[in-house]
Amino acid sequence: MCATCGCAADGAEIRLIAGAGADHEHGHDHDAGHGYDAGHGHEVGDGYEPGHWHGHGHDAGHGHEAGHGHEADHGHVAAPRAGESDRTVLLQHKILARNDGIAGRNRDWLRQRGVLMLNLMSSPGAGKTTLLERTARDLAGTLSFAVIEGDLQTALDATRIGAAGCRVVQINTGVGCHLDAAMVASALRVLDPAAGSMVIIENVGNLVCPAMFDLGEAVRVVLASVPEGADKPVKYPHMFRQADLVLLSKADLLPYVNFDTERYTSDVRAISPGARMMRLSAVTGEGMPDWYQWLRDRNPAAAGR
Amino acid sequence: MHELAITERVIEAVTERLPGTLITCVRLEIGPLSGVVADSVRFCFDLATEGTNLEGARLEIVEPAARCHCRTCGSDFEPGGPILLCDCGSADVAVLAGQDLKILSVQVA
Repeated sequence: MCATCGCAADGAEIRLIAGAGADHEHGHDHDAGHGYDAGHGHEVGDGYEPGHWHGHGHDAGHGHEAGHGHEADHGHVAAPRAGESDRTVLLQHKILARNDGIAGRNRDWLRQRGVLMLNLMSSPGAGKTTLLERTARDLAGTLSFAVIEGDLQTALDATRIGAAGCRVVQINTGVGCHLDAAMVASALRVLDPAAGSMVIIENVGNLVCPAMFDLGEAVRVVLASVPEGADKPVKYPHMFRQADLVLLSKADLLPYVNFDTERYTSDVRAISPGARMMRLSAVTGEGMPDWYQWLRDRNPAAAGR
Repeated sequence: MHELAITERVIEAVTERLPGTLITCVRLEIGPLSGVVADSVRFCFDLATEGTNLEGARLEIVEPAARCHCRTCGSDFEPGGPILLCDCGSADVAVLAGQDLKILSVQVA
């Protein structure tokens, strides 16, 4: 809920926690009216205007978009059959069309700005925040990235990431178990990432739901941790199947827990044959140089140097 | 429990396409590789449609079989589960069908 106008941003609250302008700025314009801008194009200027940015829900009597891109044809109405009052309307509508459309606009906007966005996903407590904290501190001055934090409640993670030196926006989903593309569009608008920069989304800790929702990221990183056990990839194949990089974190705990590394490795290979795999520990620093090199290789600011 | 969000997207899409129309039946296609559990959608549906034009509508879910193509041996096969492994042992597999998540049709009163 926005404290200024009382509107709900799809039930999610989006706040800039650390970085310039971190007082009351958030995902919508108070001067732009609440109508959902219909059929507008891409404006890649200073602010984030990814075509369909909208932090407002469709719940509160705001304007309703007309004639937007996805299959806006109304369904074909079949003639009622004899003795039957019901009519069948063929829709053939992809259920995630709206999310995928907004994700596509996020992706286009980021590409035009030369910004690389990563979607980092894991179960709760697997070590996403700790990994990002250490990464920010170790790479300070050589590679900078902004962070979009997704949690149901609290800005605890954003506060940690901000203290590590990153510009960070917190999305609180309320009861939502995942981030969606509209929330990320709002967060990008607040974050306003510089051209040629990197944005890392720390998704809501969950190995199920976030796999469904394209956010407009260029790269998907899935993190599993040693104490969770080696069976996570086979238990959550939908998540691992879509990964570009699979990280095994808390490697410093391998001597103390029963973790079948061979099984884990062969399962990840079977589920996601194209994914790169790395083992690391943000506590001891083991494996971190590989992760840093992987980030540097993708750093848009370094491209063409 | 993204099935609740999925169900809400269904309601949103139907009411946008057919504003002010009373819906008596919704037919969905949920592929076995879509990542959505049909039973969970059934569980959510009555609750999520309450107070909308879809309230009381019947829900029909079509669950087509998944089909994959093995890039190693060239055969097409139906995967035995969410881990897409060909009988030849290869994991280098393309999904041909079973990932879709669609509203097929609705019946209006």
